Amino acid sequence: MATYSTNDFKGGLKIMLDGDPCSIIENEFVKPGKGQAFNRVKLRNLKTGKTLEKTFKSGETVDAADVLEIEMQYLYNDGEFWYFMDLETFDQKPADEKAVGDARQWLKEEDICEVTLYNGDPLTVVPPKFVELEVVETDPGLKGDTAGSGGKPATLETGAVVQVPLFIQEGEVIKADTRAHKYVGRVQN
Amino acid sequence: MTEWRPTAGDRARRARAQLYRDLRHFFDEREVLEVETPALASHGVTDPGIECLPVTGSGLLQPSPEYHMKRLLAAGAGPIYQIARVFRAGEQGRRHNPEFTLLEWYRPGFTLTDLVDECLSLLEGVLANNGREHWRYRQLFQRELGLDPLTADTAELAECARQEGAAPPVTERQPLLDWLLASRIEPALPRDRLVVIRDFPPAAAALARIEADPEDAAPIAQRFEVFFGGHELANGYHELVDPQEQAQRFEQDRRIRAERDQPDRHPDPFLLNALEAGLPDCSGVALGLERVLMCQLGATDISEVLNFPFERA
Repeated sequence: MATYSTNDFKGGLKIMLDGDPCSIIENEFVKPGKGQAFNRVKLRNLKTGKTLEKTFKSGETVDAADVLEIEMQYLYNDGEFWYFMDLETFDQKPADEKAVGDARQWLKEEDICEVTLYNGDPLTVVPPKFVELEVVETDPGLKGDTAGSGGKPATLETGAVVQVPLFIQEGEVIKADTRAHKYVGRVQN
Repeated sequence: MTEWRPTAGDRARRARAQLYRDLRHFFDEREVLEVETPALASHGVTDPGIECLPVTGSGLLQPSPEYHMKRLLAAGAGPIYQIARVFRAGEQGRRHNPEFTLLEWYRPGFTLTDLVDECLSLLEGVLANNGREHWRYRQLFQRELGLDPLTADTAELAECARQEGAAPPVTERQPLLDWLLASRIEPALPRDRLVVIRDFPPAAAALARIEADPEDAAPIAQRFEVFFGGHELANGYHELVDPQEQAQRFEQDRRIRAERDQPDRHPDPFLLNALEAGLPDCSGVALGLERVLMCQLGATDISEVLNFPFERA
């Protein structure tokens, strides 16, 4: 298995820590006086999403995590798994509920997502930053309200619920920001 | 990866040129002689905290001009200084580059207190500061952490180190003290004052002489460091001149190297012979010039004061 020395540490490097794959967020080389040097490292556990701090003796080695971040196309959901396709190899990978997590409410067939593969299997799925989705359910708004002063909840075709302006009607397609969980605008047909 | 442009700007280049002029003026006025010594030599240092860069078939790049400058002192060169490029393997980060610049100077007849004073005078001339602050290593640990670094047992030190932040990756006594200094005490020091810490534990003596603490006769190393702006800037000693003790420390370092699986380093016979012949009573100090420039410019990364840091060299 590949290993990294603390000399290789930098933001984005994927290493194994206590059996879990982690991504290095920050690495600081610290050398007290003439003493032994160490690296103070901030990491994100890729399984749990939690950030943690850890110090290593400089020169120590750790196992590399077999983690790959690639763009994959979302294909379909069979009730148990969400299937993604590698656009270069056309390989298909099933992602379970845990891997898909909150992304599921934004997943529309054929959209390109960022998938983190751990030992070849999807570990996390990040939906596109912006998605265009049809409104499938919302209360009829008040006529004439164009100032966007108020808002109302709208359920989108993939399941996400966002606040939209009152003039948005069922059947319309809107653009939404998946990170901010916000309505961005109406998409003209 | 192949970005050819320098990382330092015009302001940093001019600051460095001005700093070198200021330093040379400072030492000219005090009649300290500028000297040169080799960057590539047949022997390195035994210090387990410093790894030399080997040059295949030729020897080792020098991590400090210390040994050669001491040979000059033993040969009767008198007060000397050098602005030296030095090399340390694996030291790379926001405040470290494997190749960097040390100002190192030696003063025959100076006590540690004399040299602390001269070092602060030099720094006051090149850094905008709000005065000086003097601490003894023991006092500072007692004030900040409530323990005596010379008498506290290892378990107590480990417990103290665990209290905040990530646990230290070390269990031995001196590495724990080093870790506490770097992670608990240093961050609490005032950034706008020149802070001197002196009288280190004997295990951190390196090449400083060890004397009895006037208060309770505990052995303490005649060593000081200067901190400013969140950086460790200078490290100085009342120099060890006893060749037997020097030889013992070399062997002690080699034992630690063996325990830690570090490459063995042979004691430098040139230095030992020079000590045998007689090193004058003297104090010496090394000052990291990139750190001084970082303080002058308010830089947060060493690449701001080096034209071509290691990634681009």
